[in-house]
Amino acid sequence: MPWLSILMGVSVLGALGVTLVRNDKLAKQFTLGVSLIVLALAVAMAVQFSPNGDKFQFTEKYDWIPDFGVHYAVGVDGIALVLILLSVVLVPIVVLASWHDAEAGKRSVRTYFSLMLVLEAMMIGVFAATDVFLFYVFFEAMLIPMYFMIGSYGGAQRSYAAVKFLLYSLFGGLLMLVAVIALYSIAGKNTFMFPDLVGTIQDVTTQKWLFLGFFIAFAIKAPLWPFHTWLPDAAAQAPAGAAVLLVGVLDKVGTYGMLRFCLELFPDASKYFTPLVITLSVIGIVYGAIVAIGQTDMKRLIAYTSVSHFGFIALGVFAMTTNAGAGATLYMVNHGFSTGALFLIAGFLIQRRGSQFIADYGGVQKVAPVLAGTFLVAGLSSLSLPGLSTFVSEFMVLVGTYQKYLVPAVIATTGVILAAIYILWMYQRTMNGPTAESVKHLPDLNAREKWVVAPLVALLLVFGFYPKPLLDVIHPAVKNTLSSVPATDPAPAVQVAEEAK
Amino acid sequence: MNGTIPAPTIEYAQLAPMLVVFGAAIVGVLVEAFAPRYLRSAIHVPITLLSLAGAFALTIWQVVKGVPTKPAAMGAVAVDGPSLFIWGTILVLAFVSVMLINDEGHFVAAAAAVPGSAEEEQALHEGAGHTEVYPLALFAVGGMLLFPAANDLLVMFVALEVMSLPLYLLCGLARRRRLLSQEAAVKYFLLGAFSSAFFLYGTALLYGYAGSIDLAKISTSLSVIGGQETLLYIGVAMLGVGLLFKIGAAPFQAWKPDVYQGAPTPVTALMASGTLVAAFGALLRVFWVALGGLDWDWSPVLWAVAILTMIVGAILAITQTDIKRMLAYSSIAHGGFLLVGVVATGAAAGQNSKALSAILFYLVAYGFTTVGAFAVVTMVRDAGGEAWHLSRWAGLGKRSPLLAGIFAFFLLAFAGIPLTSGFFGKYAVFQAAVSGGALPLVIVGVVASAVAAFFYVRVIVLMFFSDPSADGPSVVLPSRGTAAVVGVAVLATVFLGVYPQPVLHLAQNAAQSLFIR
Repeated sequence: MPWLSILMGVSVLGALGVTLVRNDKLAKQFTLGVSLIVLALAVAMAVQFSPNGDKFQFTEKYDWIPDFGVHYAVGVDGIALVLILLSVVLVPIVVLASWHDAEAGKRSVRTYFSLMLVLEAMMIGVFAATDVFLFYVFFEAMLIPMYFMIGSYGGAQRSYAAVKFLLYSLFGGLLMLVAVIALYSIAGKNTFMFPDLVGTIQDVTTQKWLFLGFFIAFAIKAPLWPFHTWLPDAAAQAPAGAAVLLVGVLDKVGTYGMLRFCLELFPDASKYFTPLVITLSVIGIVYGAIVAIGQTDMKRLIAYTSVSHFGFIALGVFAMTTNAGAGATLYMVNHGFSTGALFLIAGFLIQRRGSQFIADYGGVQKVAPVLAGTFLVAGLSSLSLPGLSTFVSEFMVLVGTYQKYLVPAVIATTGVILAAIYILWMYQRTMNGPTAESVKHLPDLNAREKWVVAPLVALLLVFGFYPKPLLDVIHPAVKNTLSSVPATDPAPAVQVAEEAK
Repeated sequence: MNGTIPAPTIEYAQLAPMLVVFGAAIVGVLVEAFAPRYLRSAIHVPITLLSLAGAFALTIWQVVKGVPTKPAAMGAVAVDGPSLFIWGTILVLAFVSVMLINDEGHFVAAAAAVPGSAEEEQALHEGAGHTEVYPLALFAVGGMLLFPAANDLLVMFVALEVMSLPLYLLCGLARRRRLLSQEAAVKYFLLGAFSSAFFLYGTALLYGYAGSIDLAKISTSLSVIGGQETLLYIGVAMLGVGLLFKIGAAPFQAWKPDVYQGAPTPVTALMASGTLVAAFGALLRVFWVALGGLDWDWSPVLWAVAILTMIVGAILAITQTDIKRMLAYSSIAHGGFLLVGVVATGAAAGQNSKALSAILFYLVAYGFTTVGAFAVVTMVRDAGGEAWHLSRWAGLGKRSPLLAGIFAFFLLAFAGIPLTSGFFGKYAVFQAAVSGGALPLVIVGVVASAVAAFFYVRVIVLMFFSDPSADGPSVVLPSRGTAAVVGVAVLATVFLGVYPQPVLHLAQNAAQSLFIR
């Protein structure tokens, strides 16, 4: 069964369907229905995935533009699968959370939800593409719905933020286009199929240039320090739901691209640039965290925490050990849930009070205990409290990095401490202390909002205690990826057997 | 035998598409002379559209019958694969543009009357109109067909004039902003005449060098004749000036914004699509057929021109506040991208056909999107005619989401976002350039694209993210012709963006045979 095409097809048809529905309320219910169907289909697909089977499964391949060697080719390995699952889990949650978002600006509600479903199709496509050209097409095209979601439905500075987002990404994308064209020409295989291109570029200098073309695009997308400046603007101005999809999924395309394309297509260049990337990542971890501490705007704060977290993910990708790679992949998923929860709950809060500024709040916990409680859980997941899923991934990244790079791992660990400062301090200022006059009559979460938060908190807890199902899928895929680099795990300095003596 | 002149052989079948267009244009002149005023428009429209459709059918027939391998009309006209492809493109684009022209209200009632004078009142009252636009447009289209197919420089010059003269006139016939329109016509005429003179002088010098104006003979003489390089180089430079002027490549781009702005929008659409296609065809033919052996000499110059054109087009567009001027600068930038493809020709035959097919595809993609964009421009109006100032477009997305959405889509296609036709056009050209070893040029092109994206996006921001002003422009209900044009352009942009394979293949087949020498 062409599972991946069905997933995309249902989303696209749903998007068209939404525009045809005349009634706004019906349109929302329809969108939610479609996104739940996609989720169900994706889960049905995922259970058939065999972690130790072929590298790419559920593959489909059709000629699209034979003259250019372009195929419509999709397929997933463990890494792509979990990211697709992340996307399809987040979309219905975001739909439910955005129930009233679009109405505030007196703009078309149907367009908003239609864009969301278009975006869902592209998110699935970008992770599923096994043809480099197809990947590029999704990579660029998915900017457009997000651009309109930020620009039409965002906050006061929305058009500035939307344009900044689009131009940064577009510029990175165009650099990548040059690299894509050059890759095709130099490989000389008349195909863009990713499996056929692996290992075709042998010359190290060529690899370095092509690596840069791809990497800069991904680094802007991720975003890695110092390419991050668009993210706080975009995330702060986007409506909460769009911000979740932007930070939770779209940005993952950057780190996913590093893992999938940079490492496998340009292994020698990746090794050459590893010190640089690790340096950038570590700077990003610390810088993002420190800047987050100083933020006065909740959404910007969460955006900066993400800059820090993306540093961890990139660190894990380029450490090139199984633990770090698997940890980074798991991190991508967990970060989606944890930041998603933070953004959405902060969004609920902001919607109630009408301000994004921390200073406008205080003592919310007394009037809205459920809101405050879930916010705390989401916050704790952001600072990787043991027992929540993010701890597992962050620990794996740090352990995996430590195996090879001692000093960066140690510096990165300070990010964990800084995270405690920015999260707990924000919580303290908004939720604890005397209740501010303006929030005295703040209502607690209603039933719809509880339904939004519940699955996210549940996922954070379940994967915190039992990450095995995800890791079982991720581990073989990461191993496979690293073996084609090839990168091997360093042998333990102290042999277990010796210890036993 | 002595004293008799052999009659020239003329392959009428091969030239049929052109003959149909020219014939219809002459019939149009007769209609203008003999038909009563109230009937003229009713006669012109079907004649014009039918002749264009007929010429298109003849072009197709030519392709089906088999592409000729030898020049026609005693070597004066080369009907080869690229020519036929270009003809087909021009005819379709012209057909679409004429449907725009058909929409009344763009053209002045009596060009000679002073605006607001009694004569003008009277002309308006009588329902007068310049129905000559139809035969004029047909002559221009005929010239466009001949221009890229001309196989000797003199025929090419004649084609250039036949194409340009009606356009000079058409530019001055705008109903609104009359002075601007007349200024545009004068500017275009003066500068165009200059460039034609350059072209003619270049022809003369090349004749002095090679002893022939035949493109193929010039090509063969390149390796034979020595010691007269001065004539050759100056001649080539002058020829290049004439051709690059028509394309609007920097530093010969100055006329474009003024003319595009002043001309009646349907005429702008015709120029932006048809003339550009024809001029690129001619440029390729001259530089490839006649001067292919000289590419070591002209290619660095074209590099510089391409870079300059891309940069000038992209950067100057940012500061524009008039929608038509902005589209004009965008057209300059796209001319630069196309020149990247021209530079990519030159080397081996495989590379050549690759670059050529890329250019052909780009021209089709760009032509349709451009006509569509100008068609949308005709529909957004306020009290003074078309709402030309960009600020007037604010909030259009709320007022009429469909039209604004379509225009945004065209802009995204100009910007080269994937899943639009513009992306594959750009991709094809850049890919040809990379495999032709012009990587630095592609990098400049990519940076220029990013800059260009900024001003396309700016219009989208205006339309969708700004609030509409209270007295903003209204969107007129499109006439059937305009609606059809927009529809066709949208379909073409989507289709070429999602499934470009058929057209790419066609372009590749056309380019396979290359220009016949």
